[in-house]
Amino acid sequence: MQTARLRLLEISYEISRSILHRLKPVFRQNRVTSTVFIGIETVTKKPLFNCKMCGQCILHSTGMVCPMNCPKNLRNGPCGGVRQNGNCEIQPTMKCVWVRAWDQSKKMRNHQKDIYTIQKPLDRRLTGTSAWLNDIHSSTR
Amino acid sequence: MPYASNLQKLFDNKDFVITSEVSSPDASTHSTLIERLDHLKHSCDAINATDASGAHCHMSSMAASKIMIDQGIEPILQISCRDRNRIAIQGDVIGAHALGIRNILCLTGDGVETGDHPEAKAVFDLDSITLLQTISHIKNTGTFLSGRKLENQPDLFLGAASNPFAPPFDFRPFRLQKKIEAGCQFIQTQYCFDIPRLKSFMETARDLGLDKQCHILVGVGPLKSAATAEWITKNVPGVVIPDETIGLLRRTPKESQIQEGKKICIDIINQVRSIEGIAGVHIMAYLLDHLVPEIVSESILDKEVKSRKSGN
Repeated sequence: MQTARLRLLEISYEISRSILHRLKPVFRQNRVTSTVFIGIETVTKKPLFNCKMCGQCILHSTGMVCPMNCPKNLRNGPCGGVRQNGNCEIQPTMKCVWVRAWDQSKKMRNHQKDIYTIQKPLDRRLTGTSAWLNDIHSSTR
Repeated sequence: MPYASNLQKLFDNKDFVITSEVSSPDASTHSTLIERLDHLKHSCDAINATDASGAHCHMSSMAASKIMIDQGIEPILQISCRDRNRIAIQGDVIGAHALGIRNILCLTGDGVETGDHPEAKAVFDLDSITLLQTISHIKNTGTFLSGRKLENQPDLFLGAASNPFAPPFDFRPFRLQKKIEAGCQFIQTQYCFDIPRLKSFMETARDLGLDKQCHILVGVGPLKSAATAEWITKNVPGVVIPDETIGLLRRTPKESQIQEGKKICIDIINQVRSIEGIAGVHIMAYLLDHLVPEIVSESILDKEVKSRKSGN
């Protein structure tokens, strides 16, 4: 991914997050807001990141590469099976998600170091819910 | 300082530690496992009980570990995240402790696609780092992840794997750092055939101070033949055998390739021994268990083992 495009994504992330947090009182967690948010996230994050709707988005700490695309769903770094050409051990024609994440996180401006943060186990109850609502209401731990 | 296991004590005594691993048999009786262990037990400090390695079904690592304890051998229980979720794993951890198992190696595990049941459901509820975190949590707080209290606090020595030989190479030391942060106390690396790559990994690891926070064992092992080396390169993700090594084996007459493979392994051990920050070796001799005593006695490790046995 080109640096300019990556920078744009990072800025969009920062702006939208800040707006959402400010509007927290407006966006209650009810069925209508949830449906709207899930809709927006589906049409934006699916085509951009092949989002899997885990409901616990950490894109900013993985160089804007969705770690849920890793066949082992690894959220803390690459497994030991990465091929010498940088491709996945399970899907040999796919570039390893973490090879891309590492490359791109080095190009991030404000979230370069976030890749070193340990991610806790996923809360599987949040699968299919809105990551943005979960974030502003802190459903993610 | 009280030690969770004898293995931990050896590391702290600054002994050059030798571990190995036994492939769990496809048997519902002891005999094959004991036969394999007989080759290893006098040459190694502790032995890994593999957990459905390569995503193939074998006797469970828990049962194999218990059989080792009964034989007077110190086991390292491997737990992979592929087949069990956090509920099953936490139960296994305290169950293992109750059986006398004190060393646990936390692994993500190979994908089911690489094994003999590719149609199975891959679990991966946790990954190696959250697995380390989970067991550390139990160990440090005496509670399950849910917060529910245990009657006692298990005392465990936690390890993990590291592969300095797979991309992204410059991330590998940082991933090890994350594992240490999650509670990892020792690591075993993937097979090392590439000394320069290991050296550059160790350089960064030392700069980050990782060798002081965690005991690093380098994975080594004999190659049976040139054909085996080629097969591994093609089929085992994460294991890299340089062309020169394969070439060396290919130029050797077929009947003596196994001896050449052993010689290469011994040579790597002797080189690894002199790298600063390495705490020992992990010898993986898949179905070549009988070669392990020779590898130990013919390499400079012999001195280590003899001095330890005589109590010096």
